[in-house]
Amino acid sequence: MSSGSPLRRTAAIVLRQFYLLRGSPVRILPLFVWVAIDIVLWGFITRYLNSLSSSGMNFVPVLLGAVLLWDFFVRVMQGVTTAFFEDVWSRSLLNVFATPMRIPEYLAGLVLSSIGTSAVGLCVMQVLAVTAFGLSFFSFGAALAPFLIVLFLFGIALGIFGSAIVMRFGPSAEWLVWPIPAILSPFAAVFYPLSTLPAWMQTISRVLPPAYVFEGVRAIVAGRGVQAGNLAAGAAMAALYILLAGAFFTRIYRQAVRTGLIARYSAESPG
Amino acid sequence: MSAVLSIRDLRKTYASVTAVGGISFDVEPGEIVGLLGPNGAGKTTTIDILLGILAPTSGSVQIAGVDLAQERSRALAHTNFAAVYATLPGNLTVAENLRFFGMIYGVTRLTARIEELIRQFELERFRNVKTGVLSSGEQTRVSLAKALLNRPPLLLLDEPTASLDPATARDVRQLIRDFSSREGGGVLWTSHNMHEVEDVCGRVLFLSRGKILMEGDPRTLAAEHGKANLEELFISLAREPLALEDA
Repeated sequence: MSSGSPLRRTAAIVLRQFYLLRGSPVRILPLFVWVAIDIVLWGFITRYLNSLSSSGMNFVPVLLGAVLLWDFFVRVMQGVTTAFFEDVWSRSLLNVFATPMRIPEYLAGLVLSSIGTSAVGLCVMQVLAVTAFGLSFFSFGAALAPFLIVLFLFGIALGIFGSAIVMRFGPSAEWLVWPIPAILSPFAAVFYPLSTLPAWMQTISRVLPPAYVFEGVRAIVAGRGVQAGNLAAGAAMAALYILLAGAFFTRIYRQAVRTGLIARYSAESPG
Repeated sequence: MSAVLSIRDLRKTYASVTAVGGISFDVEPGEIVGLLGPNGAGKTTTIDILLGILAPTSGSVQIAGVDLAQERSRALAHTNFAAVYATLPGNLTVAENLRFFGMIYGVTRLTARIEELIRQFELERFRNVKTGVLSSGEQTRVSLAKALLNRPPLLLLDEPTASLDPATARDVRQLIRDFSSREGGGVLWTSHNMHEVEDVCGRVLFLSRGKILMEGDPRTLAAEHGKANLEELFISLAREPLALEDA
């Protein structure tokens, strides 16, 4: 008897997410409702700012574009954590981990699930931004793909990191995970240049890949072209964070197996 | 044919507490072994170790000849389990749950196998019902169906009939007996129902304070220790394990 196919086990995690979405409209709505609200809200704010500005500066790509990209990053991260939380909420971690499933297969399943759910959010964002406010992702030109990839990789890394935190500290640690994007956003300089921040905050920003992305977007909008070096640094950092997050999750998992945390995992804090 | 489960000097300690204190035993193909003992004896700790969700402090576990510590994924592919405390995802339907776990266990001809188990456990009318809304007895039947998906050489059952009515419990015992005899699967079965143990198990291991105190045929063991039946032996063991150990 073989241990089965790693691909099939990864596909099982994705299929499970599909079943959950199919069986519950409540799970489908958050994929695009918050995104839609953000786009509409920021769309009107940028329109209003455009009407006030005498400089002729177009706020739509600067602010609304930033909202689009930031929401994409948040969706990716939450796609991973939500897929993990499904096992926590249904108290089925024991059932899943007492199988031939390997940690990389499980994490790959979470990541693929996130790709699916964040793609839905991305499409809704794009349709709304184009139809209501005339902003297309394609206005950023060819640089769009690397920007999205950096944000995607960092979102995955944070999602895995957040899942590990909840595995270690229990379901109640969820409240530590949801605010992570909000806590990072001032440092990521989503809506203003990095130079606006005090020096100590800029030091933190330099280790956050999204900061490179948003500086890059502003450079393109300002006509300074793509800052390839910065983008590469952001991408390398995001890839490194994925590896670190994977190692962190594995370490927490092994510790949970050593201490019996998974066996005792329940609705409240196991730690 | 070699043992489907081979445990050697298995030990699990938490700081100063010894949950499992160096136990060794085998389960042969087609054999149903009862793991008995009072609460806190180390039964569930042993099962958790066999499921790979708890690392032993020392000792070795081989499932169908595969070392669990060395090749966790391959070893666990040879087993499956049902336990009262391990509920299946309640937000998936019965059919979805079986497909999900069938894919994880690499079951071939999965659709046919799911249909076979749905029929066997009389789950036809619950096929598209979310598992979480089923009664505890119905959920147990789904868990047992899931446990047999991959026709495991080693089946681990932790109080599998605890929430079943007597008629369903009898049917389930028969299904497990059939599985064991037809497929040659070894079964490790924990239960507090001594009548059930006498009915199903060919051999029992009495566990107390993490150690195996005695082992034997459940139909003769009580008399060998001067007790009227297995339940009386169990109660004596739970109350005075050291006296029985000395005896």
